[in-house]
Amino acid sequence: MSQLVIKGLQVGVETDSGMTEILRGVDLTINSGEVHAIMGPNGSGKSTLAYSIAGHPKYTITGGSVTLDGVDVLEMSVDERAKAGLFLAMQYPVEVPGVSVANFLRTAATALRGEAPKVRTWVGEVKEAMSKLAMDPAFSERSVNEGFSGGEKKRHEILQMELLKPKIAILDETDSGLDVDALRIVSEGVNRVKQEQNLGIMLITHYTRILRYIKPDFVHVFAGGKIVEEGGPELAERLEEKGYAQYVKA
Amino acid sequence: MSGLPTNYLTPTGREEAWRFTPLKRLNGMHDSATSVIDRISIELVGSVRTGFNIETVSATELPPKSTTEDVIIQRVRATASKVTHLKIDKEAIVSEPIFLKRSAGVEKEFSRTVVTAGAHSKATVVVENEGAGSIGEEIEIRLEAGANLTFISLQEWNENAIHLGRHHAIVGRDANFNSITITVGGSLVRLLPTVEYSDQGGSAELLGLYFATDGQHLEHRVHVEHGIPNGKSRVTYKGILAGAQARTVWIGDVFIRGNAEGTDTYELNKNLLLTDGARADSVPNLEIETGQIVGAGHASTTGRFDDEQLFYLMSRGIPMSEARRLVIRGFFGEIVNKIGIESVEERLMNRIDSQLAKVGGQ
Repeated sequence: MSQLVIKGLQVGVETDSGMTEILRGVDLTINSGEVHAIMGPNGSGKSTLAYSIAGHPKYTITGGSVTLDGVDVLEMSVDERAKAGLFLAMQYPVEVPGVSVANFLRTAATALRGEAPKVRTWVGEVKEAMSKLAMDPAFSERSVNEGFSGGEKKRHEILQMELLKPKIAILDETDSGLDVDALRIVSEGVNRVKQEQNLGIMLITHYTRILRYIKPDFVHVFAGGKIVEEGGPELAERLEEKGYAQYVKA
Repeated sequence: MSGLPTNYLTPTGREEAWRFTPLKRLNGMHDSATSVIDRISIELVGSVRTGFNIETVSATELPPKSTTEDVIIQRVRATASKVTHLKIDKEAIVSEPIFLKRSAGVEKEFSRTVVTAGAHSKATVVVENEGAGSIGEEIEIRLEAGANLTFISLQEWNENAIHLGRHHAIVGRDANFNSITITVGGSLVRLLPTVEYSDQGGSAELLGLYFATDGQHLEHRVHVEHGIPNGKSRVTYKGILAGAQARTVWIGDVFIRGNAEGTDTYELNKNLLLTDGARADSVPNLEIETGQIVGAGHASTTGRFDDEQLFYLMSRGIPMSEARRLVIRGFFGEIVNKIGIESVEERLMNRIDSQLAKVGGQ
């Protein structure tokens, strides 16, 4: 049982004209096995929340705290956060030319497990995870994210999540740019990992479409850098009808 | 002793072709007042000669087919009395790579080599440059119609070597020239990987990689001369610099002459600076005299580590030092993995690793 606790989180970015505040006090607790949908209009700070929890150097924490099972996450380096059990599936996964998917996955697994996975079982593990996500085995030999289609990039993110076995995963607009088939495959992958590993999930999305495949336990509406309304799955349905207009300041 | 007729050729460093090169470090090889010996410095590794032959012939018997304005190469041509001729038989498919080993002696020396790829032949030639010494050399590579040749030049010199060379390909009708130039050693290396076409339908791919650490000057002056219609060229050179006095120069001259309709060319140079004080010059230069072409482009980037790449790798639990190593190895690997000879690829990556370890990989 794991618990990610975000309290009063304030985050800014350094710009030419000084610090610009993006997150204005976010409170959120995610337990193992729970799915929290974070929904909100573009520019509301959803991605900033995801990236600042993962430790992206662009963001400066100006207040509040983030703990995983009581341990301060904000004090950790980016790789330490992953070792502690956090995973961020990125909206725009980065290309790393010349580094094969196979090499990348193995290096990450070695770092997280503290020892190199046994070649025999590892190869099987990767193959199986790939086939569940309907990925071509030839994928392993390609450079990380280089020349991947939108759907391939997202599948590759979920593949990593499946293999690296985090405690809490943040999915940043994993549904964006996916056609219906890809969305279904990716969603099934997320549900499978949640089931098998009792994963806690922060599901960031602009649309309700993905919530038909991944059922949220809680829905949080994000606007102006904080959570402005919370509820159950029914809140998502209301958003589907009425949109975000009521939350955006005139 | 009146050196006037030749002395005026000695570069002063103000010439466009020499403005990046520290002439003081050439050991006088550019200076017509310095004597340089005539010695064959290249030999075949092993004894198998199936599908090809190698022999030494007199320079008058095998004069250069190309012209050059490079002073060093003019001196090489004037000095070399003999030429090593590697001749791949017409229609021969040579499945194993042909290794040529070059070693320099203690004296300054010049040498000439000609590689002839017979019509419709297919072969890979690897020149391995190792050890110390001061060497000026020219390799003229002649591809007859339909020939397919991969030419790999590895500069794995030790830290004192001076290497001034021209590797010039003359690409015949529908011939395919692939070259991979990898420079990781040497105090001063100045290479001229150049290409011209003797007939239509020829294609050339020039790949290069250089890694300069403290004190090394590594210069590559690519020149592709499209003077014939329907030629194709692709140039990709990548460099990494580490150490305060690491210095690289990349020139990419591509000329599309007025009659070279249907030309298709693209050149790319990417440099990764790992430390402060290193300097990479990158000068792509595309001159187009006809609009009737398929495509022509160039790109050049010089920068530091991509923070987004490091963040991505680290967010998967990979520590910073390991993430950097992955990115650097990936950067090199894109070129090294094209060699296709596992033992050579491994040797190069190991050398790169150990050089990186020395400079701390920062």
